[in-house]
Amino acid sequence: MLNYLVRRFFYAIPVLLGVNIITFLLFFAVNTPDDMARAHLGQKHVTQAAVDNWKSIHGYDLPMFYNADKTGMESLTQSLFVQKSLSLLTFDFGISDSGRNIGYDIRHRMMPSLAIAVPVLLVGLLINISFALLIVFFRNTYIEFGGVVFCIVLMSISSLFYIISGQYVIAKVLKWVPISGYHSGFEAIKFLILPVIIGVISGIGMGTRWYRTLFLEEYHKDYVRTARAKGLSEQVVLFRHILKNAMIPILTGVVVIIPSLFLGSLLLESFFGIPGLGSYTIDAISRQDFAIVRSMVFLGTVLYIIGLIFTDISYTLVDPRVRLE
Amino acid sequence: MAGSKNILVYLMMLVCLLSACKDKAINDPHGRYNLQEKVFFSFFVEQPKTLDPAKSYGADENLFTAQIYEPPLQYHYLKRPYKLVPLTAAKLPEPKYYDASDQLISADDLRAKVAYSVYTISIKPGIFYQPHPALAKDEQGNYLYHNLTKQNLLHIDTLADFKKTGTRELIADDYIYEIKRLGSPSVQSPIAGFLSHYILGLKAYSKALSASRPKPVKGFFDLRQHKLEGVKKLDKYTLQISIKGKYPQFKFWLAMPFFAPIPWEADKFYSQRGLQKKNISFDWYPIGTGPYMIVENNPNRQIVMARNPNFHQEFYPSTGMPGDTAAGLLADANKPLPFVDRYVFSLDKESIPRWSKFLQGYYDKSGISSDSYDQAVQVDADGNLDVTPEFKAKGIRLTTSIEPSIFYLGINMLDPTIGGSSDSARKLRRAISIALDIEEYISIFLNGRGLSAQGPIPPGIFGFEAGAKGINPYVYQWQKDHIKRRSLQEAKQLLAQAGYPNGRNAKTGKPLIISYEATSTGSPDERAMYDWMRKQLAKLGIQLNVRVTNYNRFQEKLRSGNAQLFFWGWSADYPDPENFLFLLYGPNGKVKHGGENASNYSNPVYDQLFLKMKNMPDGEARQKIIDEMLAIVRKDAPWVWGFHPKTFVLSHQWNRVTKAHSLANNTLKYNKIDPNRRRQLQAQWNKPTFWPLWLLLIIIVAVLIPVIMRYRKKHHSPPEKY
Repeated sequence: MLNYLVRRFFYAIPVLLGVNIITFLLFFAVNTPDDMARAHLGQKHVTQAAVDNWKSIHGYDLPMFYNADKTGMESLTQSLFVQKSLSLLTFDFGISDSGRNIGYDIRHRMMPSLAIAVPVLLVGLLINISFALLIVFFRNTYIEFGGVVFCIVLMSISSLFYIISGQYVIAKVLKWVPISGYHSGFEAIKFLILPVIIGVISGIGMGTRWYRTLFLEEYHKDYVRTARAKGLSEQVVLFRHILKNAMIPILTGVVVIIPSLFLGSLLLESFFGIPGLGSYTIDAISRQDFAIVRSMVFLGTVLYIIGLIFTDISYTLVDPRVRLE
Repeated sequence: MAGSKNILVYLMMLVCLLSACKDKAINDPHGRYNLQEKVFFSFFVEQPKTLDPAKSYGADENLFTAQIYEPPLQYHYLKRPYKLVPLTAAKLPEPKYYDASDQLISADDLRAKVAYSVYTISIKPGIFYQPHPALAKDEQGNYLYHNLTKQNLLHIDTLADFKKTGTRELIADDYIYEIKRLGSPSVQSPIAGFLSHYILGLKAYSKALSASRPKPVKGFFDLRQHKLEGVKKLDKYTLQISIKGKYPQFKFWLAMPFFAPIPWEADKFYSQRGLQKKNISFDWYPIGTGPYMIVENNPNRQIVMARNPNFHQEFYPSTGMPGDTAAGLLADANKPLPFVDRYVFSLDKESIPRWSKFLQGYYDKSGISSDSYDQAVQVDADGNLDVTPEFKAKGIRLTTSIEPSIFYLGINMLDPTIGGSSDSARKLRRAISIALDIEEYISIFLNGRGLSAQGPIPPGIFGFEAGAKGINPYVYQWQKDHIKRRSLQEAKQLLAQAGYPNGRNAKTGKPLIISYEATSTGSPDERAMYDWMRKQLAKLGIQLNVRVTNYNRFQEKLRSGNAQLFFWGWSADYPDPENFLFLLYGPNGKVKHGGENASNYSNPVYDQLFLKMKNMPDGEARQKIIDEMLAIVRKDAPWVWGFHPKTFVLSHQWNRVTKAHSLANNTLKYNKIDPNRRRQLQAQWNKPTFWPLWLLLIIIVAVLIPVIMRYRKKHHSPPEKY
């Protein structure tokens, strides 16, 4: 397994480099360093000298990939791409174009994001699996039909609607929780109840249908028939055999998204005033802060790669037939 | 049933515990604050970019910087037209004018050639900085935190983590230091280029610093060691600023945070690399002498300002305008400022939760979004605006004010079709000006919150004239007591005279197509707005080609002159007509000179009048020249004059009556609240309703019962056959 992990680590390097190049090209295809300078300096009384000074201070006065004024390796190293990308590989995100330490901000914004994402994942998983099992248990009945219709209805509603109506009914009309806001520590709970409930409810439709499909796939397999032939009750068949075998796709599906939980949820965090990472990248794009954009894309890629590696490892844990060579 | 009742009680207790205070509503988002305290709760929509007074220029930043930093002057809170009064200065500085041979010349002698002007500013003694670690000293008088090691910083995460703070008296050197910062290239002040045209030696100073300062910038660079020609210290409390030529508007700059004092100690303190890594810098932790200081700064969640314990004495004004006494604005005359102990600003990006929290009483004041306008505001039979009966019952008050800003449709005067000074082009522009029904735009897209502009100068600024005298006669007529837009027929005639009868070129027969440059804002009204624009010009038979692009490309088009018609705006830096009329001054043209004249309008007569007017004191003579200038630009029509926006602010009844001030940003010190009244009303308005919880339980049980029955039935039935 160690060999496999080492190999995956080396595979990750060209992927990270590729993503970095694409981010770099896309960003600068839309924004020039002059645009970035003007966005940071504001609208009024900005002279070209001020723009040039900003670029010089922030290192955006360098050529993109190749510096013809330099010789040897410096012609490559003294370029915008290398200067802005190399430090990322050591996880040194540096200072944003607006002057804030990106690593500091990511560390501080990660926890509020996790405070929503982890409960939504765990509670959602529990509810979705239970509901899916219930529907499968009552297959070919009105309960199954009603359950599927209910899921489709839930799926058809936009998550924005859940948020707005949830805030309106629970926080504004019934006044059970604050509409939005956040506090650190124990007090955070009252701010998290509503976004977590909404996050869970908005995921029930899709999650339940997905798990139902997985369970039904197992339902008609030979081992299930054998179990029934042995005279096992339907509950035992469902909970002990079908659930266990369906755990492989469930687990891999869950493990792959665990690392990205750190990146937060844009809509939930914006509407509930949660100071997480959800809007960090979007805000940076609108502010033309390339330092943050490249850092967040890099972090997202790393987390995604980690997620895929975890998925592979989890296969070996839940399915003894799988070996990582 | 008793069991479920207990569960509900426990749940309620838990929620009450979570709200951390038993006398608070459970939906109170400001849990940790004592409701008896004079704490003002508000919000910010966009994170401030920086709170460094040398760099911040936007409203998002001024909201904070103006309460902390104190420039020498400020605007009188109540008097109109806007009037400057001393803040830290002992008196208003009177400029002295000198000729090239350093001879003093009279301010009224307009014939004399003024080489430079000198402003002498005396600071009041006895003003002290807020407590700050940069000023903390040990017993030997050495600064405690100017040489921090990694070890020292281990347990430092915010400025509040420094155990000791210090203060010192404000001196003239601090103002000089800030002016030097404005010119320092590493500070990157947005107005450095602009001010270098005025402050003597600022450009040379910047160049010298660029040459002497190593790049990349690391560590403390002591600006005190570098001399700036135009700024001189006369004594501990007096400084002199020399300005090239005559620039009477300079006094207004002295009321902006750009000219706030900065102690060199703070610059040295913040230059330490370890602190920058923790976001402890000028950008986020200001140091000032103002009524408030930042005690918590998480720009991603909350910014809290508390009363500065070292704040010097300042009193609520004792004089105002006629009607201010009756309005209750002078009830606190001569009382010491500030009235509120603490300001808590929460980041609230979305308008829906913001509005709901205001209605629940958790924000003390609010603007009105378009979606909420009808819920909040109504027009009575006399056409007056007021809050709706629902809001009136809650004691919510409405304050309106016209902003000293203008939004206009700029016409690129370099464009061969629509621009230029020919009579036909002028007529074409005038026809478009009539056809674009700005009143309809204000009504549809701004809920009536705007005033159609008659020229570049907004109300409240010298030079603006209301009524029949101030109308743009090429677009409006004066009828009894109001303006009336000229008829479409007149516009069509003008268009025909311009060579485009019915919107077609008289010579070629081709349709007239005009491009409108727009930026995509993502607003739901955007498409409707473009359709509206198309329809307006379609009334004349002109086809409008809307070219939507991103903001960068839009700006590039303006800079390169590759635009015909575009929407643009300007907000006053200071209350002087020069700050608006310069937007049409030829040598300020965007394409040729990179200035703020986005229309690239150039008229030699106007330019000459502008140069004459800009240095004149307000008075009849100046008004006469302004009238001439307005007549020229109205005739030439380089802009479709657009509108001046109106600001609507709603306040809860526990706020003392305040007066809107569109130019002063340091007005939070005048706010006053009654926290007891707020607490009572918040409790009254936020009683939770728990019966739906019971209903929910019943529904769940009602759903579960048949499921359980079915389960039991299935459990006892023989296995299914396959």
